[in-house]
Amino acid sequence: MGLQTTIYIIVGLTFALYIGIAIWSRAGSTKEFYVAGGGVHPVLNGMATAADWMSAASFISMAGLIAFMGYGGSLFLMGWTGGYVLLATLLAPYLRKFGKYTVPDFFKTRYYSNGAAVVAVLCLLIASITYIIGQMTGVGVAFSRFLQVDKTTGVIVGMAIVFTYAVFGGMKGITYTQVAQYCVLIIAYVIPAIFISMHLTGNPIPQLGLGSHFTGSDMYLLDKLDQVVTELGFAKYSTSVRISKLNMFVYTLSLMIGTAGLPHVIMRFFTVPKVRDARASAGWALLFIAILYTTAPAVGAMARLNLHTTLNKALLTGGDVFAPENNIKYEDRPGWFKRWEVTGLLKFTDKNGDGRIQYYNDKNKAFQAKAEAAGWKGNELVVNRDIMVLANPEIAKLPNWVIGLVAAGGLAAALSTAAGLLLAISSAISHDLLKNFLMPDLSEKGELMAGRIAMACSIIVAGYLGLNPPDFAAGTVAIAFGLAASSLFPAIMMGIFSKTMNRQGAIAGMLAGIIFTMFYVFGYKGLFFIKGTAYFPKPVNGYWFLGIEPNAIGAIGALLNFIVAFIVKNMTAPVPEDIAEMVENVRYPKGAGEAAAGH
Amino acid sequence: MDKEKLEAYWKKNLSVIRNILIIWFVVSYLFGILFYDALNAIKIGGYGLGFWFANQGSEVIFVILIFVYTSIMNKVDREFDVHED
Repeated sequence: MGLQTTIYIIVGLTFALYIGIAIWSRAGSTKEFYVAGGGVHPVLNGMATAADWMSAASFISMAGLIAFMGYGGSLFLMGWTGGYVLLATLLAPYLRKFGKYTVPDFFKTRYYSNGAAVVAVLCLLIASITYIIGQMTGVGVAFSRFLQVDKTTGVIVGMAIVFTYAVFGGMKGITYTQVAQYCVLIIAYVIPAIFISMHLTGNPIPQLGLGSHFTGSDMYLLDKLDQVVTELGFAKYSTSVRISKLNMFVYTLSLMIGTAGLPHVIMRFFTVPKVRDARASAGWALLFIAILYTTAPAVGAMARLNLHTTLNKALLTGGDVFAPENNIKYEDRPGWFKRWEVTGLLKFTDKNGDGRIQYYNDKNKAFQAKAEAAGWKGNELVVNRDIMVLANPEIAKLPNWVIGLVAAGGLAAALSTAAGLLLAISSAISHDLLKNFLMPDLSEKGELMAGRIAMACSIIVAGYLGLNPPDFAAGTVAIAFGLAASSLFPAIMMGIFSKTMNRQGAIAGMLAGIIFTMFYVFGYKGLFFIKGTAYFPKPVNGYWFLGIEPNAIGAIGALLNFIVAFIVKNMTAPVPEDIAEMVENVRYPKGAGEAAAGH
Repeated sequence: MDKEKLEAYWKKNLSVIRNILIIWFVVSYLFGILFYDALNAIKIGGYGLGFWFANQGSEVIFVILIFVYTSIMNKVDREFDVHED
């Protein structure tokens, strides 16, 4: 059977599975639509949260990012997992006790005003929409790459599938589909990693392989990698810091706080039956996430090593890297190289006309001088970091079904995250804006209908943005975290841990946090990301204001949020007594009812 | 419910959270970032210790931390009689 047929069959089977689950778990009430009826087992909820959480970026891009960033890339590993500790200890159990459907519901009740809820809805929409644009682009890329249809068809097919199970199933459909999607994506991620680890180190467990000896040498894999990349003029893998330690620190913190502040993640903890399940759910979710996140650095490092040693034979034999016979001839390039050239993700230009591939760091001046002496006229290969995961099975010469599985896994990752975000967006519109604010007389049936219409509209908008991505699409995911970190997380945390935090403080804090973060990001990236409207001077030699890149600024925004909230709180009227009592009541599990709507 | 008892329960919860978050901070921000280079002098197999914490150790310890928190709090809930039925 051909590769393409195999991919169609595997992807087709997984889609049939998702749609079958959606039909089986159709939502009949608003409660099932928003919180899956509040009865999802913590282990299943953990799997669903993990699938919801791990996006196309985690599945496709992260290992590649780490491969080329080296040590600096570990900020994503720590940042995108550490937030769950904050969730489990600071938010999830209390929000479950609070017993509401949505994040703005919490704001409305705890901060006793529609104003606070509307500000929360705004922050939620800004963060979620920023995030979903990246997902829809990812859906399009995955479809067009694996199913060999053009991108437009790819996005439309993706939209139709999400539509089927998200609109009809709501949270219930989404949750059970995500459980299936988690299984697909984790198998698809781990199998190629096991093969590669076996191949390079003889150890089948990638997490251990990364710390093992490189096959056929007495060097450890990581030391070998350091040696290989420095021989080609790249920065040493194990010590390459991302801009500065300060920047890495703040970036990691932003991703952690942002994780705990993203509404589509927080919402998952409304769906478990009990308070103690909310704590455990965060643990299960992180366990399932950590399986992929501890495999990723192994995949990244091994793929990078594999790539260099395939292209320059001297790196394995210890010969002269500049000797012509050690750079492989373009006409002798392997099959996967040819296939990925077609997609444009791998690009070769024979700058010195010798018919051989020279792949090295030509931005390293000292190294470039040596390279020129050897007749090299600049780096000849541009490698898109995304192929590190996608082409891995081909590089490791794995059977076709593994490649088909990776295709299905990438799609599962993108679709599950898109569905979760769409639910957060549509519930914010139908429940928090319409039912709680604009049309309080809406019946349950009417609200369910409004929820479905809002979901359908969001899918169309997201699809449109996926087809016509604003040119900032690639960099937006990290910014979504910054926005959630600077606005929602501090306000929710203070709502639980401070009995005296009042409406004025919370609103002022959220606005200060998100406006500061947007101001800083827009200053470097342009007003609403429009090119040419950046008002800060271009960073020279990696110099950013405060030494912090825009993607990492959310943590500072969060700090500002806390400070402003406390100052404003002390200048305004104290919290009503019944609210203080309610906060007290949220702090212990006893008497947690089922999740309920509005009042 | 008894107000003093609830206050004691909350204090207990805060102290558990504090301890959990201290470990959370130490393994990632201190071991994985600030003391990275110093720790790399210590090797476990092919890993420098700092590199291991940044790439794997933090994540593994985070998972353990949440389960430890859950089990401690389940016990504390019962001790203070504030658990769910």
